[in-house]
Order: sequence, then C-alpha cells, then structure tokens
Amino acid sequence: MAQVKDYIGKVKPDWCPGCGDFAVLNALQRAIADLDIAPHNVQVVSGIGCSSNLPGFINAYGFHGLHGRSLPVASGAKFGNHDLTVIATGGDGDGYGIGVGHFVHTCRRNIDMTYIVMDNQIYGLTTGQASPTTEKDIPTKSTPEGTIEMALSPIALALTCGATYVARGFSGDNLHLAQLMKGAIEHKGFALVDVFSPCVTYNKHNTYPWFRERVYKLEDEKHDTSDFRLAMEKAFEWGARIPLGLFYKSERPTYEDQEPALRSGKALCKLPLKRDDLAALMEDFI
Amino acid sequence: MTAKPLVTDLTVWIGGAAGDGIASAGESFAKACSRSGYHVFAYNSYQSVIRGGHVCMHIRIGQQKVHTQGDPCNYLVALNQDTFQRYAKRVTAGGAILYNTDKFKADAAQVPQGVQLIGLPVMELVGNQLMQNTALMGALMQVLGLDAAAIRELLEERFNKKGDAVIKVNLDAFDKGAAFVQEKHQEGGIRIGKGDGKRRPLAGGNPMLGFGMVAAGLRFYSAYPMTPASSLLHWLVKYAAKAGIMVKQCEDEIAAVNMAIGAGHVGARAATGTAGGGFALMTEAVGEAAMTETPVVIVEVQRGGPSTGLPTKTEQGDLFQLLGASQGEFPRVILAPRTVAECYDVGVEAMNLADKFQVPVLVTSDLYLAERLETFDGVNITNVPIDRGEMVTSADGNLPAAPNSLGNGGAAQAGGYRRFLDTPSGVSPRALPGTPGTIYTAATDEHDQDGIVISDVFTNPAERVRMMEKRMRKTDGILKVLPKPVLDGPQDADLTLVGYGSTYQVMLEAMEALTQEGLKVNVLGIRNIWPFQAAEVAALLKKCKLTMSVEGNYLGQIVKIIRMETGIEIQHHLRKYDGEPFEPKQVIDQARTILKTKPKQSVLATVQSDEGLPPNFSPIENPAIGAEAARQH
Repeated sequence: MAQVKDYIGKVKPDWCPGCGDFAVLNALQRAIADLDIAPHNVQVVSGIGCSSNLPGFINAYGFHGLHGRSLPVASGAKFGNHDLTVIATGGDGDGYGIGVGHFVHTCRRNIDMTYIVMDNQIYGLTTGQASPTTEKDIPTKSTPEGTIEMALSPIALALTCGATYVARGFSGDNLHLAQLMKGAIEHKGFALVDVFSPCVTYNKHNTYPWFRERVYKLEDEKHDTSDFRLAMEKAFEWGARIPLGLFYKSERPTYEDQEPALRSGKALCKLPLKRDDLAALMEDFI
Repeated sequence: MTAKPLVTDLTVWIGGAAGDGIASAGESFAKACSRSGYHVFAYNSYQSVIRGGHVCMHIRIGQQKVHTQGDPCNYLVALNQDTFQRYAKRVTAGGAILYNTDKFKADAAQVPQGVQLIGLPVMELVGNQLMQNTALMGALMQVLGLDAAAIRELLEERFNKKGDAVIKVNLDAFDKGAAFVQEKHQEGGIRIGKGDGKRRPLAGGNPMLGFGMVAAGLRFYSAYPMTPASSLLHWLVKYAAKAGIMVKQCEDEIAAVNMAIGAGHVGARAATGTAGGGFALMTEAVGEAAMTETPVVIVEVQRGGPSTGLPTKTEQGDLFQLLGASQGEFPRVILAPRTVAECYDVGVEAMNLADKFQVPVLVTSDLYLAERLETFDGVNITNVPIDRGEMVTSADGNLPAAPNSLGNGGAAQAGGYRRFLDTPSGVSPRALPGTPGTIYTAATDEHDQDGIVISDVFTNPAERVRMMEKRMRKTDGILKVLPKPVLDGPQDADLTLVGYGSTYQVMLEAMEALTQEGLKVNVLGIRNIWPFQAAEVAALLKKCKLTMSVEGNYLGQIVKIIRMETGIEIQHHLRKYDGEPFEPKQVIDQARTILKTKPKQSVLATVQSDEGLPPNFSPIENPAIGAEAARQH
C-alpha cells in the first residue's frame, strides 16, 4: 500500500507559512496514496500562480505551463494517454479568470480527470489584485474602493457546464478535503474540487477564522448529491452559512468513451507510428 | 473538317455563384483529366466577397507538368451572368463559352472574334435544371474532344450510393449535353494532344500536408475552424476514426495548441492547424513548447491580412509573425512547402523534427497552395522515415554509470534520469509520463536539468546560461539535417528569381517560358525558413548575376530575412498583395524587363489581378450579380 511519503516531491514548497495550499498538497498526496496509484502513472498539470507551483512539490509527472491553460494541456495529456491519472491544479485567477473559457468547455466534455482549484479569492503571486471570486465590495490592490464586479460561483458554473462531480473543500479540514479528492479521482468523468485555500498574505477578509465561522458539511445535512436543482441552490448559498462537500455527482459517458479514435481502447501514444494503410489512403487522391 | 494543330496545355474556367456547384463540377472535370493522363492545376478563386458569392475555378490541363493555373481563358463555362460579364471578353480565339440559356441571355456582342457561343437549353434538353452542370460537362467534354470515359466513371462513383436510377439520369444529361454540341456546334479550335495515360494523384496542399503527418504517425490533431486551414481539419477528420487519429475541435486556438502540447507531452504525435489570426492566439504556446521541450507541429495557412483581412484570399505576409512568435529566444523550425507533393514531405519531416529535437515545428503554406488542386507523380508512402530521437523507456535513466561530471549535484546519480540533461546536441533523451523511475516536471519557467524551476531562487546565472545554451544548441543539429537549398534551372543564368513557398511554381513557369524565348533564368525557391541556411543560401546567391524576388506581400519578408541572415541584398523585386496569386505573365513580363534593361537602380514593381468587371460596374444596378454574399471566415 502506498503512503503519503511516496508522493513527496524533490522540492520543498515555498508557499508562505500558513498558506492553504500546503493542506491541498497534503490532501492530494493522501488521496492518491489511498487509491494506491503509482507516482509514475499520475500526470499533474498546472498553469501559473502560487498554487500552480504544486506539480514541482509532488512526486508525479508534472507539466507546469502557461497561465490559464492547464485544462487544455491536461485534456491533451489525457487524450494522448488515457491510462494516466490526470489531475489539473491551479488557482482561481488561473482557472476562473484567464482560463475560464477552457473551464466551461472542459466541464462540457466530461473528460475523465480531476481539477483542483486552490481558491483564495485573490491574485497572490502578483501581490494582491482582485480575482474572479473576490467578493463584491472587497478592497484589493487593484480595487482600492472595493470590487465592483460580483463574484463568480465556480460551483454553479461547473454545474451549468456539465461537470459530473462538483465538490468544495476547505484547507482547514484536511481529511475531509482528501476524501473529496479521492472521490474526484475515482469518479469517471470531469471532477471539480474547489478548495477554500486562504491566502494569509493578501486576503485579509476570507481568513481561516472567517471560513470556520461559516462552513458546514453538506453530508451532515443528508444532501442528495443526485439532485441537480438542489445542488444549484446550494451553490449560491453564501454568507452566514457556506456549504462544503459534494454538491453533485452524476454518471454520463466520458469524452474518451465516445471518441471514435479511442474505440480500440489503446492509448494514442501507444499506437504504432508506422502505418500500413497509406496505399489505401492514397487511392482517394486518384 | 481540317485538323487543327494541337496545343500542349489549355485552360477551362468554370464560374458562377457560390452554391452553383462550381467546386464539385470543377473537381470532377479536373479529376477526369488527371485520370486520363493529363497534368492538372486548378485554383478556385472566390472573387470579391463584397459583391457577393462569385466563384471561379481556373483549371489548366497539360501534357507536361503545369505549374500554375495559367494566364488565358480558353474555355469558359458561365453558370451565371456575372461570370459571362466578367470573363467573356477574355476568352481566346478558338475557344468557346458554354452556358445555360434558361439562366440568362448572353450578349453575343461581348463575345470576342473566333469564340463559339454555346448556349444549352437545359430544360428543353434534359427537363431538369438540377442537371445543368452535368449537361454542361457533357458539352464541355465534347467541345474539347476529350475522352468522356473518365468523367462517366466519376459520375458513376459519385452517385453510386444513390442508386442506378440517379446514375442513369446523370449519364443521360451528360450525353444530351455532348450530343447537343455535336449536332449544333463545331469542335473547339483549341485542342490538346493526348495524355500519357497515367492516372496521377490530384490533391490540394492541405490534404497532402495532413496525409504527410498521418504517414509519419500523427495521432492527435486539434483545431479551431478558420479559413484557409479548415480543409486540413476536414480531410483529417474524414479518416480519423478508422485511422486511429483523434481530431478535436476546440473552443479556441489557445486550447487547440495547448491540447496538442499536452498530447505531445505524453508521447502522441500531435499537431494543430490554423490561419494567421488563429496563430496569433497560439503565439504564447509556441514558447511553451520550446521551453518544456515538447514536440508539436503547428500549421499556419496564411491568408490576406492584417487582422481578419481577406479571409478567402491568399498572401505571404506572415513570415515575420512566425519568426517572432512568442517572447524570448528559443529554437524553432519554420518550413514552407512549395508544391502540393512537397506538403506531404514536409508533413513527414515536421513530425520527425519535432520529436527528434523536441521543438515546435511551424509549417506554413497559404490559401493558394492549400486550396489548389494539383497532380503529382506520387509521394513516398512505402518507406516513410520515422525518427523519434533518443528515448528513455525504463527506470535505467540517461545518466552515465560512471561518476558523472555534470557538476550540478542535486538528483544526479548513475542510472538516474535528468529530463533536461545538458548534452552536446542540446537534445535530452526523453522519457514519457507513465515510465517508472523517470519522473519529472516540465515547466515553462526556467528550470535546471532535473526540471526544477530556478525562477523562484534569488538568482542563478550559471544554470540559466547553461539551460539557455543547451536549448539554443539544438539549432546546429537542425541545420545539419535540413535538406539543402538548390538553384533550379541553369546554374549560370543571367537572372535568378527568388521566393519562398507557394510562389515557387510560378517562378518555375516563368523560368521555362523565358527559356523558350532564349533567356537564361533560374530559380531559388526557399523551403526552409528557419533556422535559416545562411551559408548555403549565401553560396548560391553569390553565384547569381541579376536577382529578382517574387513575393506575395508588401514588405518583402523573405528578402529581408535573406539580407538579415546573409547580408546579401536581392536586387529587384516583384510583389503582389491584392489577394490573388501571381499570374505567370506578370512574373514573365517583369523578369524579361529586368533582363533586357538591366537597371542600375533597384526596381520594386507591384502587380494586381484584373477582377474582370466592366468599368463603372454598380452592384446595386446589377442585383443579379450583387446578390448572395458568401462570407467565409
């Protein structure tokens, strides 16, 4: 049985002390260890941001690419080798700001992969500007008089766009978070785990105590995860009470299940490069 | 009737409104000719978008290789009045104009001397306007005196699925069109000699580029639709399912290129394709592929710019974009195939170069090359070279068993693995995700040989320099394997025509025409844009007496690249940026002028195509002509 230490990367995380992302990394290592997936069969893909440094900190294949483009790279990696467990990671700016177009369409496709967003409601690496999930009226470095735009709801957006596993965790509850991630990785389809991962340096509003006062677990209230309408309702619950846990889960065929080129079941990267059907293809030009 | 002298090549123009079935009629005719042993070149020109929906396919057939669509119009099939208005006056003596008398009344006064006007009463003949094109094809084959067997065969193939009744109706219409000409008209005055009987392949640049990539093991292609790259997507998807190739339409070009990079990262041979505007969106990812050393092929089919520019027109204005795409310095390959057959070779080569050197390979063509139809004598499908470069496939990595002298400490140990190992070639043996014992992260931030980012450390000049030089060193290896440029034609010519990509063949045609006039001309057609083969190109150019560039752009981009890389200034220039391809006569005339006048000063000439409309033409007063805007983006 694999252990958390098997997934510890070569590099020590350089996040600020107290950053919520430590818990996310630890929960992810725990989830993969619990599922006993060999490190070399895991591909972690990220974009740019504090949280996007995660691939370097975990013992798995990593791709640490452009800002906002983790999902298309991860999709391509899954399409190219669907034998891999593919996990995209990043922050709210990366995924819901610059990369939100990809988020919408990746949900729609239901590719069998997991997307973990360390949502700190701020741009940390660029020193504290407003993000798409910054609450309205909160002052930030780029909005000194408070943000004018309303915050985006990642949970509602994922539901609307067709994600089949939609969950929210909290860095302040590591074991619960690991359980949600485990479920996400096991789930056959596109899974979002949005994580409240407080930025202790730049977000003085959405702090650990702020969340602790408000969060509750959906499973404690016998939430029906198959009820889409209820999930949507819960997605917008914000303020005095904020739900954590699995909002919604459904089964529908994955993109890979339906892709004609993958019918043989063999991963694209394992198919031969030499072809024997070229003469037949050539006939079409004659 | 007395036998007339035969010509070695002739042209047929088929024009009408978008939706008249020009492409399928034209392609059937072109294919019938290629199957009958003729060389064929067809260019489908979508005339003015603003005036709406005009399409004209220029088809040239020859007993020898025809390099371009040619200049004159020998035979015109006018499916609407617009076509007649535009081109009737251009039809050469001995030729003919064929049209459907039910559609419009052709003004005989506009028909030049010596040109037959052949009006087919389609309704009366075949009782069905849907048979118009088939009846006109029958008439055309008759007036050309060409063997109808091949086109009858094509009609049978095309309507095979619809059953014998439909085949019969079409063959009847074809025969009635032919019989009408036989009874009421003479055979055409311009007749071509017999073909050589060889059934040559006939294809466009986009399908052949796709075919080349497939032949070299392409497994993943992602794209966002954009003219003129879409036909590459369409060709690939047609074979994708049965050929085990995944074709993915994406939400935008940024997703398309990043998906291809993701697939390339895990070891599937991957490509994406777009036009200039889409490539602009992909720009950032070109550097991503280079920095993560991920093989990827990016096809950029140029069209008229800037911005959304001329969506259905051709241009060669994107070289600087390709060369400058993405921030920072990194090795890249840019290849510009020059002929349809070469699109195949470049498709194969691009796949191999991307893998072998772990770099982004940019392949650029343009609408004129991508969408033309051209015969060729065949391509290498029996022994396609496949080269993945050095791969590590087991936990026994790429570090020497003896204590290594890499001197970087860290994870280095005998039998260990460094994804970005600093090697003399700059290429690091590659392990694919899924391989035990070779785990790494590929990062776009600067990183060390193990892939560990050094962007977060205070500063590390030595490692930065090492990795920068390791990557850039790949260029030397690429230069060694690129095929060398050559001069086509006599080595001691008095004038050398210089260009790249799709203008290669119009230069060849000019060379051949001028040779017939007793002038000595040769051609330098640049295929490998980057890394630029400066030494080889300079050696060739130093032998040249007079030089003239032929480029489909305003700035003279290949000329500037040649000067930048070799210090050699091409003396004279011919440019075109009106959206239409060069016409052979334009190149021939300017080359002749330069040869005859030998100007002391550099001459920069520009040419334009004649759109064919009468002066003072008003689309408002001619609603039949101005209607139906067929926009394609």
